[in-house]
Amino acid sequence: MPDFAIQTENLRKSFKENEVLKGVDLAVLRGEIFALLGSNGAGKTTTVNILSTLLKPNGGTASVCGFDVVRQAGRVRGSISLTGQFSAVDGMLTGRENIVLIAKLRGVPHPKKTAERSLERFGLTQAADCRADTYSGGMARRLDIAMSLVGDPAVIFLDEPTTGLDPEARLAVWETIKELAGGGVTILLTTQYLEEAEQLADRIAILHGGKIIANGTLEELKKLFPPAKIEYIEKQPTLEEVFLAIIGGEGQRQ
Amino acid sequence: MKHTFILFGRQMRHFLRSPDTIITATVIPVGMMLLFVYVFGGAMKTSIGAGVSYVNYQLPGILLMAISSGISYTAVRLFTDIQKGMFARLRSMSIAKAAILWSNVLTTLVSGAISVIVIVLVALVMGFRSSAGLLAWLAAAGLLLLFTLALSWLAIIPGLTAKSVEGSYTFSYPLMFLPFLSSAFVPTATMPAALRMFAEHQPVTSIVEAVRGLLNGQPAEREIWIALAWCVGLAVTAYALARRIYKRFS
Repeated sequence: MPDFAIQTENLRKSFKENEVLKGVDLAVLRGEIFALLGSNGAGKTTTVNILSTLLKPNGGTASVCGFDVVRQAGRVRGSISLTGQFSAVDGMLTGRENIVLIAKLRGVPHPKKTAERSLERFGLTQAADCRADTYSGGMARRLDIAMSLVGDPAVIFLDEPTTGLDPEARLAVWETIKELAGGGVTILLTTQYLEEAEQLADRIAILHGGKIIANGTLEELKKLFPPAKIEYIEKQPTLEEVFLAIIGGEGQRQ
Repeated sequence: MKHTFILFGRQMRHFLRSPDTIITATVIPVGMMLLFVYVFGGAMKTSIGAGVSYVNYQLPGILLMAISSGISYTAVRLFTDIQKGMFARLRSMSIAKAAILWSNVLTTLVSGAISVIVIVLVALVMGFRSSAGLLAWLAAAGLLLLFTLALSWLAIIPGLTAKSVEGSYTFSYPLMFLPFLSSAFVPTATMPAALRMFAEHQPVTSIVEAVRGLLNGQPAEREIWIALAWCVGLAVTAYALARRIYKRFS
C-alpha cells in the first residue's frame, strides 16, 4: 500500500446554501509536491482549511499522516504547518522575533539558533532585526514560509504562495519551494497559476466545480488532451520575460 | 499555560511598541484628570461636601475610564490577528486553543494594571492622599482587576466578530462615557430624576463608590458587594459568550 501523507475521500463542505466541495478525493504521497490547481472560488482554500483542522467537513473523510482531521485534530496539528493565503507574519515583531515565537510555541530546543539558521537559509539575515511590516511582499512570504518550516513539520500547506507577488519575488519563492523538495517534507500547494503548478509540482489535481476533475503528473495530464500538433510560430518574448530581462532577473529562470 | 505566556510576551511587545495604545490608555486619562481637578475641581468642591478632596473624589472614575479605553485594543489586536492570518496560523498549530484567547485577556490585565499604576502615581503628585490600609488597597486593586477581566472578555466578542477595525473598537466608546453618567465626577443628587435613576443603578457608580470608599477609608460594604456582583456577572456572561463564538469558528 502506498504511503499517503494526505488522503481525502468524498470530502464535502457547504457554507449555508452554498455547496463548495462536492466530494473531493485526493491522495498525496509522502515527500511529494502536490499542486491543487483551480480558479478563484473553486474551493482550494476550503480544502486546505479542512486539512489543517480549521474547518470541519460536512461529509466524507480526510486524514493527514494517518490521523483523522476531525477525530484526531490535535495529532494532525502536531504534524502540519499552514502557510495561509496572506503572509501570516506579525508585523509588529522583527523577522527574527517571528521565527523565535513559532519556535517557542512548537517547543523547539534552541529557538534563537533555529531562528539564526532559518533566517540565513531564506536570505533574511540582513533584515532579521527590522520589523516585519517593513518587509516587501516577497520577503514577508519568505519569512512566512520560514516560520512554517520551524520544527520540521511532516506536511506543509502552502495556500496560493505567490498570489499578489511581483514576478521577481514569485521566482524567489519558487526557488525556495523547489529547495524544499526532496527533503522528505510533503507539500500541498494551491495555485491558480498553471505555470506555477507546472514548475513546482510532482503531481497536479484540478479542482473545479467542487470536484477533482483531473489528477496526475504533468505528463499524464497532457495525455488527456488531444495529441500535440507541430506548428511553426515566431516566439515573441512575453512581457514578463522582457521585464525580467531588463531588471536582470532572467538568470533565476533557468 | 506555557503557550499562554509565550503569546502574552508577544502581545506585550505590541503594547510597548505602539505609542498609541499607551497614549490612549494612559496619557488621555491623565489629561482628563488634570482637566477635572484643575479646571472643574474648584467649583466642584462645594457640591461633593467636606471630608474628601476632589483629587481623591474623581480618581476611581478616571481609572475606570482608562481601563475602558484600554480594552478597545484587545479587540483591535484580536481582529488584526484574524485579518492577517496570524489567528489561523496559531489555530492550526499544536497549542491549546484556550491559550490564544487567554493570552489576550492576560495582556489586557497587565497593560490595564500598568496604566492604573501610572495614573495613581500622577494623582499622588497632584495631591491624592489615601488613608487606606494595605487590605483596603488590595481590595480596591482586586475590584479594578475584576472589572478589567470582565471587560477584556467583553472585548473578545467584537474582536472575533467584527467586520472592520472600526467595528472592533467602537463598542468601547459607550463604556468610556458611562463614568460621566455616574457618581464618578459629580454627586448624582443634582441630576434630573430619570438620569439619576440610571446613574444610581448602573455598574460604574457602584464600582466607583466601592473603590472610593476603600481608598478613602469610608464604609462602603454595600457598594463593594454590588460592584462585585456586577463584575462577576459581566465576566461570566462575556466569557460564556466569547467561548461560544470562538467554538463556532471551526
